[in-house]
Amino acid sequence: MAQFSLNINGKARTVEADPTMPLLWVLRDLLDLTGTKYSCGMGQCGTCTVHLNGAPIRSCMFPISGASNQSITTIEGLSENGDHPLQLAWKEVDVPQCGYCQPGQLMTAAALLKSNPHPSPEEIDANMTGNICRCGTYQRIRTAIQLAAKQGAEK
Amino acid sequence: MSLHPPPLNRRAFLKLSTAASGGLLLGFRWLSAGTTSAASVNFKPNAFLSIAPSGQVTLLSQNPEVGQGIKTAFPMIIGEELDVAWQDVKIEPAPLDTNQYERQVTAGSGAVRSSYSILREAGASARALLVSAAAKEWGVKPATCTTANSTVTHPPTGRTLSYGQLANSASKLPLPASVELKDSSKFTLLGTRVGGTDVPKIVTGEQRYGIDTKKPGMLYGAIVNPPLHGQKLGNVDDTAALKVAGVVKVVSWPDKVAVLATNTYAAFKGQEALKITWQDPKVRESSDRLSQAFADAIANGTGETRRKVGDVERALGQADRVIEATYDVPFLPHAPMEPINMYADVKADSAHLLGPMQTPANGRRIASRILGIPEENITVEITRIGGGFGRRLKIDFVQDAVQASRLAGAPVNIVWKREEDMISGNFRPAGLYHYRAGIDAQGRLTAWHLNSASITSRGAVVPNNFPNGAIPHFQVDTHHIRSEVSTGAWRSPNHNVCALLDESFLEEVGHALGKEPLAFRLELLRQVESAPFGKVDYEPTRLRGVLEAAAEMADWGNPPAGRSHGIAAHYSHHSYVGQVAEVSVTDGNITVHKVYCAVDCGQVINLSSAENQCEGGIVDGIGAAWFGDMPIVEGASANTNFHTYRLIRMSEAPEVVTRFLQTDSPPTGLGEPALPPASAAVANAVFAATGVRIRKLPFIQNDLSA
Ligand code: FES
Ligand code: FES
Repeated sequence: MAQFSLNINGKARTVEADPTMPLLWVLRDLLDLTGTKYSCGMGQCGTCTVHLNGAPIRSCMFPISGASNQSITTIEGLSENGDHPLQLAWKEVDVPQCGYCQPGQLMTAAALLKSNPHPSPEEIDANMTGNICRCGTYQRIRTAIQLAAKQGAEK
Repeated sequence: MSLHPPPLNRRAFLKLSTAASGGLLLGFRWLSAGTTSAASVNFKPNAFLSIAPSGQVTLLSQNPEVGQGIKTAFPMIIGEELDVAWQDVKIEPAPLDTNQYERQVTAGSGAVRSSYSILREAGASARALLVSAAAKEWGVKPATCTTANSTVTHPPTGRTLSYGQLANSASKLPLPASVELKDSSKFTLLGTRVGGTDVPKIVTGEQRYGIDTKKPGMLYGAIVNPPLHGQKLGNVDDTAALKVAGVVKVVSWPDKVAVLATNTYAAFKGQEALKITWQDPKVRESSDRLSQAFADAIANGTGETRRKVGDVERALGQADRVIEATYDVPFLPHAPMEPINMYADVKADSAHLLGPMQTPANGRRIASRILGIPEENITVEITRIGGGFGRRLKIDFVQDAVQASRLAGAPVNIVWKREEDMISGNFRPAGLYHYRAGIDAQGRLTAWHLNSASITSRGAVVPNNFPNGAIPHFQVDTHHIRSEVSTGAWRSPNHNVCALLDESFLEEVGHALGKEPLAFRLELLRQVESAPFGKVDYEPTRLRGVLEAAAEMADWGNPPAGRSHGIAAHYSHHSYVGQVAEVSVTDGNITVHKVYCAVDCGQVINLSSAENQCEGGIVDGIGAAWFGDMPIVEGASANTNFHTYRLIRMSEAPEVVTRFLQTDSPPTGLGEPALPPASAAVANAVFAATGVRIRKLPFIQNDLSA
C-alpha cells in the first residue's frame, strides 16, 4: 500500500492503493468514477480509455504508480456540462445501443480530434479500431466524429 | 380513422380509477397477449397510465428497461394516441407485484410487438375520456373537439382545456365501449427519429450499469468457474489468496469459488493466488471429437425429423442430379462488452437482487430456492444492460451473487473476469449441416434434405423457413450429441446460422442450375405464393418484397467496378429482411464495403433506433461469421479474451443503408431479424467475387486467394 497524489479532471485527489493497481480500478472502485469501463482488462477493447496528459491510454493496463502527479481526464471530465462537440454529436446522431463502450469511444475520439481536427474517414477508422463496440454502432461513431469535426471547423 | 375492434371484453384489460393524489389512473395489462384471453373481470393491471392534475403523464411499468429502446418506444406509442409530446411521458418503474411477473424477458424481439395494441388502446382510451370530460364541461359533442399538445380544443368556439385540468373529471367517467385508433397515415410521432432517452447520461459517463453498483458494506466478488468444461470442484487452498491486501474472504459452493475483497483488483489478484484442484469429467471435450461425432451421426441416418413434406428419399432416388454440401459451424461465445456481474444482499429472511438480468422472474425464483426465502421477500431491480445477445437470459450469475452474499454475510457485487465469461459461457452450439438437393430431368428442384447434428436437444435448425414451401419433397433432421459444453440462445438463435447455410446452399443449387441468384429466389417464391408445398409460416409475398427492395436499392447486378454483389433474405421474429452485400476480395482478404438492407417489420416505432438495430445486427452477423470461433481443445475453451477471440472492428464494418417498407402491419421484432441474412449476403458475394463457396465458419479460415 502506498499513497498517491493524482490530478483527476482538474481536481487533486489522494488515494491509498497497491502500487500495481491499474488506474481503471482506482477510478472505479476507490474514487467512484464509474464512467470508465472494464471489459477485457488487457488493452484489447478500449472501453477503459482515459487521457493521461491529453493522450489516450488504456487504464486497465496502467498502474497507479505511473499516474502520480500527472493530469488524468476521464469521461466525467471530458466537458463541464456534457457539451464537448463529440458529446453533442453523439446525441445528435443517437449513437449508442447498450452504451457500454461509448465512454471509451468518446475518449479515443476526443484525443483524435485534438491531434487531428479534420481526420479523413480512413484516419478515423485507423484511430478507432482499437475500440470494440459489440453492438456494432461503428457507422454512427464515424458519422458523429465527422459531424463534431465539421462543427469544430465552423466555430 | 379506423375503428379498432376491441380484441375481447375491454373491461377485461382496462381499469379506470382516480389516483390517490388526484387525476386519472388507467390500469391495463401489457406484455400478456396470452393472458388477456382469460378475459377475467378481476384482472390485475401490470401497468398504469396516469395523468396528474399538473398535466404530468406517467407510464408506470413493471417491465425492465433492457437497452432495446423500449424506454423511448413505449412513451412514443402512448404519446401518439394520446396526442402528447413523447418527451412529456415519463416512464417509471412500478413496484413489483409478486404475482404479476410476466413477459419480463428481453428476448425474441417481442417486447414492442406484444405491447403495441394495448399501449395504443390505453392511450386512445385516456384521450377519449379527456375529450368526453371537456365536451361535457362545454356542453358540446365530443366529435367537435380536437386534441393536440396535451390540450382539448373546441375549434368552433376556440375554447381549450389542458389534460391536467381535465384529469379529475375524466377519471369519473365510464370507460368508452370502444375507441378509435389513429390510422397509421396520420401518425406524427411513430416512424420518426427520436434519440434514446439515456443517451445524455451515457455520453457523460453518468449512466450506471450493474457492474458500477456500489453500496455501503459491499464486497467485490471475483467468480472462479471450472477451467475445463465439465470439471467439478475439488479442493480449494486459499492461503495465498487471503494474504492479498484487500481480500476479505474466500467462499465456495458446488463447482464455484468466489474471492471477496474491498476492490475488484484485489479480488482478481486473490483469484490468481488461489490453488484449486478440479476433478476432470470422464472425457475432456474437444471440437475434434464433436466434429467426428456429428459426422458419424449424420452418416448413420436421419435422427429426429423436424419437418417432412413429401418423400425426400424417393425424390432424391429418382433425381437426375443430386447436389450435396456439408457446412461446419463452430461454437460462439456471447462476449457482451459489460462483463457478467450481479449484486445481491442476502439477509436472514429477505434479499435484494440488482443487476443486468434479462429474466428477473427466473432470477428471483432461483434465489428463493437457494435461500429458502419466499419470493415475496425478495426484491429485484434491473439495471441497464451493457449488451446481452442472449447471455443474460441465463441466471447462473444470479446464483453466484446469491451464494456469495449468503456465504459472506455481506452485500456482494460479483463479477466474472472477461476470461471467465469466455471460458465458461454458454455458447451458440457448434454443428454440422449436410444438405442434399435433388434436381429432376426437367431441371426442377424437387427435393431438399437437411440432415444436421448439434449438441442441443432441440436441434439447431429453422425447419419451417424458406425454401420450405417451394419444394415438393422437403425434410429437416437433427441429431443430438451430448457434450459437457453448455450452450444457450445467441442473438437470433438458430436463425443466426441457418440463414447463412440455407441461403448459401440455395445458391449452390441455383448455380448448378445456371440460375441467376435473385431470379432463382423469386421463381421459388412465386411457387410458394401460388401453390405452396406443405404448411408455410412466413408470408412469401413479404419475403419477395424485401428481396426486390434490397435489389433495387443496391442496383442489383451492377456493382461498382471491382466489387461483387451477394443477396440473401430471411424471415425471423415475424419480420422480413432482404439484403445485398457489396464486397471485394483482394489477395484473399474480404472487404465488405456496403450492405443494403430492406426491412418489413410492420409499423416502425422509432426510426433512429430501428436503423441502429439494423446497422448493429448486420455488423454483428457479419463479424461473427467472419471471425467468430471458439474451438474446444482438451476440455478448454481456446479463446480466452479479445486478443484471440476476434470481434469485428470499425475498419471492417460496412456502411449500412436501410429502408423500411411501408406497411399497415403492426410492429414486429427488430432487435434480431437484420442479423441472420447479413453473413449470407456476404458469403454469396464472396462466391460471386472468387468462385469459392464458404462452407466452413468462420470465413477467415477459408483460403480465398486462389
Ligand atoms: S478494458 Fe482496457 S482495453 Fe479493454
Ligand atoms: S453500444 Fe453496446 S458495446 Fe457499443
